[in-house]
Amino acid sequence: MIKKRIIPCLDVKDGIVVKGIQFKGLREVGDPVAMAKRYNDLGADELVFLDISATETGHALMVDVIRRTAEQLFIPMTVGGGLKSVEDISRMLNAGADKVSLNSAALRDPDLVRRSSEMFGAQCTCVAIDAKWDEEKGDWFCYTHGGKRPTEVLTLEWAKRVQDLGAGELLVTSMDYDGMKQGFDHRLLKKLMSIVNIPIIASGGGGNARHFVDLFKETDVSAGLAASIFHDEQVSIAEVKEACAKEGVAIRNV
Amino acid sequence: MVALVDYGLGNIQNLKNALKYLGYEVVLTKDPLVLAEATHVILPGVGHFKAAMDRLNEEGLIPVLDQLRRSKPFIGICLGMQLLFSHSEEGDVDGLSYLPGKVELIKSDLPVPHLGWNTLLTKDGSLEEDVYFIHSYKVATDENVVAWADYGQKITAIVQKGSLIGIQFHPEKSGYAGLAILDKALKGGFL
Repeated sequence: MIKKRIIPCLDVKDGIVVKGIQFKGLREVGDPVAMAKRYNDLGADELVFLDISATETGHALMVDVIRRTAEQLFIPMTVGGGLKSVEDISRMLNAGADKVSLNSAALRDPDLVRRSSEMFGAQCTCVAIDAKWDEEKGDWFCYTHGGKRPTEVLTLEWAKRVQDLGAGELLVTSMDYDGMKQGFDHRLLKKLMSIVNIPIIASGGGGNARHFVDLFKETDVSAGLAASIFHDEQVSIAEVKEACAKEGVAIRNV
Repeated sequence: MVALVDYGLGNIQNLKNALKYLGYEVVLTKDPLVLAEATHVILPGVGHFKAAMDRLNEEGLIPVLDQLRRSKPFIGICLGMQLLFSHSEEGDVDGLSYLPGKVELIKSDLPVPHLGWNTLLTKDGSLEEDVYFIHSYKVATDENVVAWADYGQKITAIVQKGSLIGIQFHPEKSGYAGLAILDKALKGGFL
């Protein structure tokens, strides 16, 4: 039986890990390779690196981060953030990434998903979707640029479309639930799972081990992702895995 | 010296890293002379079956590989394993045909690709490790199967016939368990 994956997400800016939450005006930082190693030892099933650099130098440093991590770490890595072309994708895969996640660029140029899938395979083409519920319109819409810019694209339609274009996986962040630490957005995730037949990584809202158990019990998603709760050690990967195993969720033991 | 066949497809760097980590000398090459000197040949690959066969043809590697698999340990990994078989639905083309069996699209109510950590199953319970799979096509065969995984259907995971080995999952991405399996494959395999 396939195991549910627990995935920490590392936000990397100019070659260093930054925390999503600002604390006393200072952002705590970490060496991405060291942090990746720590998560590997703690039982992470996969790592997602999100490049939030704004400059070309920053993106180049990201390539170096992936390369150095891949030399020492033998678990799957997904890289997203700022990838705009098949050349960008190729650069990351050559550095050692197993998958890339496409977000804003895919919404601007949906054909990028098809090109990536044809050139590198569906299995390395993950599409990241930032979704937000619009109460007035009664539907979810996609956002770009790290959730800053709304679009007119309906999340459910987009998910189906990128699957048809050749995406092999979706990384879905519920912007309504992100940062709330109240649990994952089961309603959105269930809806998506009824529409697509590719694996979904759920993101946004995981605050404790119980939330991951509920996620896997109530939806058919393949993985749960979180960032700050793992970085801040509010909950450990081991705790999440233990809770899942106790409740009969198939999980990889390390 | 382990030779990784370089035919322009796939994420070879990670395999190289893993082999180095295990202490092997590794060379990435498509030069027949260099390949002939290797102790082991690994055929990697991710992506499209037809694209891979086209590349092997363009590089003139098909007769070279056929010679190599007869003379030394030969390991196909992921798409590289699928290429060892006779035919694939992916592009509807013939493979290298070293082993009998066909490559078919995974049809399932479960998500496809078969992506993630799944447990290796064997007749005697050896090799019972979680390893990382990521593929949409599977090898349909009953022969030469050393290990498989359960995904609502049987997924061929390791095949071996003599010194010819195929590994469907990514041993280089399956943590320490995967590295141990890769090492074992290079040290004679699973029979």
